[in-house]
Amino acid sequence: MKYKSQKVAYWFFALSMLLLVLQITYGFIMGFARIGFDNLHDLIPFNTARAVHTNLLVVWLLSGFMGAAYYIIPEEAQKELVSVKLAYVQLISLALVGVIAVVGYHFNYWEGRKFLEIPRPLDYLVVVNVLLFLGIILTTLFKGKRRTTTALVLSMGLLFAALLYLPGMLQFDSQVTDSFFRWWVVHLWVEGVWELIMGGILSFLLIKLTGVDREVIEKWLYVIVGLTFLSGVLGTGHHYYYIGVNKIWLIVGGIFSALEPLAFLAMALFAVNMYRKGEKKHPNKLALYWTLGSAIVSFVGAGLLGFAHTLPQTNLYTHGTLVTAMHGHLAFWGAYAMIVLAIISYSLPNLTGRKLYESTRGRAAFWLANIGMIGMTVAFGVAGVAQVYLERKFGMEFMAVQKEISIHFVVLILCATLFTTGIVLYIIDFYKHGKPTDEALNINK
Amino acid sequence: MLSKKQARAFFLGGTLVTFLIFIGLTVYSLSESTDQTNHINLTAEVVRGKEIWESNNCMGCHTILGEGAYYAPELTKVVDRLNLKYNENGEEIIKGILMSKAPWQPNGRKMVAYGMSEQEAMDVIAFFKWIGEIDLNGFDRIVSPLAKDKINN
Repeated sequence: MKYKSQKVAYWFFALSMLLLVLQITYGFIMGFARIGFDNLHDLIPFNTARAVHTNLLVVWLLSGFMGAAYYIIPEEAQKELVSVKLAYVQLISLALVGVIAVVGYHFNYWEGRKFLEIPRPLDYLVVVNVLLFLGIILTTLFKGKRRTTTALVLSMGLLFAALLYLPGMLQFDSQVTDSFFRWWVVHLWVEGVWELIMGGILSFLLIKLTGVDREVIEKWLYVIVGLTFLSGVLGTGHHYYYIGVNKIWLIVGGIFSALEPLAFLAMALFAVNMYRKGEKKHPNKLALYWTLGSAIVSFVGAGLLGFAHTLPQTNLYTHGTLVTAMHGHLAFWGAYAMIVLAIISYSLPNLTGRKLYESTRGRAAFWLANIGMIGMTVAFGVAGVAQVYLERKFGMEFMAVQKEISIHFVVLILCATLFTTGIVLYIIDFYKHGKPTDEALNINK
Repeated sequence: MLSKKQARAFFLGGTLVTFLIFIGLTVYSLSESTDQTNHINLTAEVVRGKEIWESNNCMGCHTILGEGAYYAPELTKVVDRLNLKYNENGEEIIKGILMSKAPWQPNGRKMVAYGMSEQEAMDVIAFFKWIGEIDLNGFDRIVSPLAKDKINN
């Protein structure tokens, strides 16, 4: 930590950890419901659990990105945040909106649009919150001593993410048009601008951890985010194959989404190469694990597993099945969850002054969480492929198929237990670092 | 070797070009001439049905147009499917489920009892019927040619 105001990042990260635990809890509720233990149905029906599970994911990742920005921007711009007080106001209001939304989902207060369930009045609060956040970040950046590419890419990602929230607030009478613009938000977030945020954080971490020249890292950062947009924007078409819009998307979406893995491949090669080139061996090995892990797992989860069902000929069979859940889990884990865990692992010792760089607990957290998540992905994959065969090829009824594949959800729950053990260990490590302190400023000097 | 300036030009240029094409394709595929949704049949009843569909987060369990949560059946052509299964009584069955005050529990998997009024249930059915007529570029619950042959015979 070089600047006092960076401390605010800690509280965003702490909020992230809390929401992650809640997200996992609701995941278990759904997993158990799928194998017949739906005793909580009257209080938390499946659609509530599902909305809470996916929305908490978005909120804890956003909180992690915001924390990352509050940590990275002062160091990159060489200036304290313009207002720490407002940053705390923003943190509290973010937590409040999240809590109100999640509680509301238990009382039928929602919008029922996949991933964007937050009801309209709360949407406006989200907008105000994000504007406040962007105000603090961008003012700091432009008043700062320098504007690095890393900081610009990160800020651009955050700004575009905010702008792209708006198409999701438009109202349409047609389900098709509604769905069409819903993907403007969801797809262009996760396969577009969030990758800028990921790229910015990755670049910052690689500069710090490997010691490779900033100019080299930032040049490749441009190439990677360039590839991301080149493939990702028109790749949105893979959501438009079978929802009732023109066939032109079968061609456009097919070609461009087939190119999407390239951006992730480039990201993985970039991270591994920079690590190999680096002469500086930073003692924070755990941060390095999570950083390289994120680049590699995102290539497998988002790149390869996305490609596995993105061609229109394949997607005709897999659209609307659990195959999507397979891809979704490893993609979000690799690309976004792991990069947030990476920046937390890097910044915590600096914020608190406690250099727990190489704890066995930290290593166990990394491996258990990853092996658990890969196991979950395989369980979803097997269930999804079996569903495709039984339902789409043999014409069996939906519920009959669900009974046949329920065994895979037992495997899913077992793997999820392994995953959760990893996350719990990570959070214990988080706790053991203690609170951020100004004394850490001197320790780092 | 590529310079940083060239890399930035690649990023900005590529993004701008693809985004412009994307906007163009959006306008094209939402224009009247390429409509596959029978937009003229989008009645007030259908719109009310969509509102009920959204306000109860039906997508949180079911899928429609292949989008949703994979916990409960695809409802894109649900009226046709139930007509076939229940001797042309599909609409009555759906009405029964939506208006039921006790939880519907097919094969042990529970659905919330919504206890809708008859009008609300009719609105949702109108929504399902409109959805069922959309040209989905070949997507259906059963897509393999072999399976289709088997069912038709």
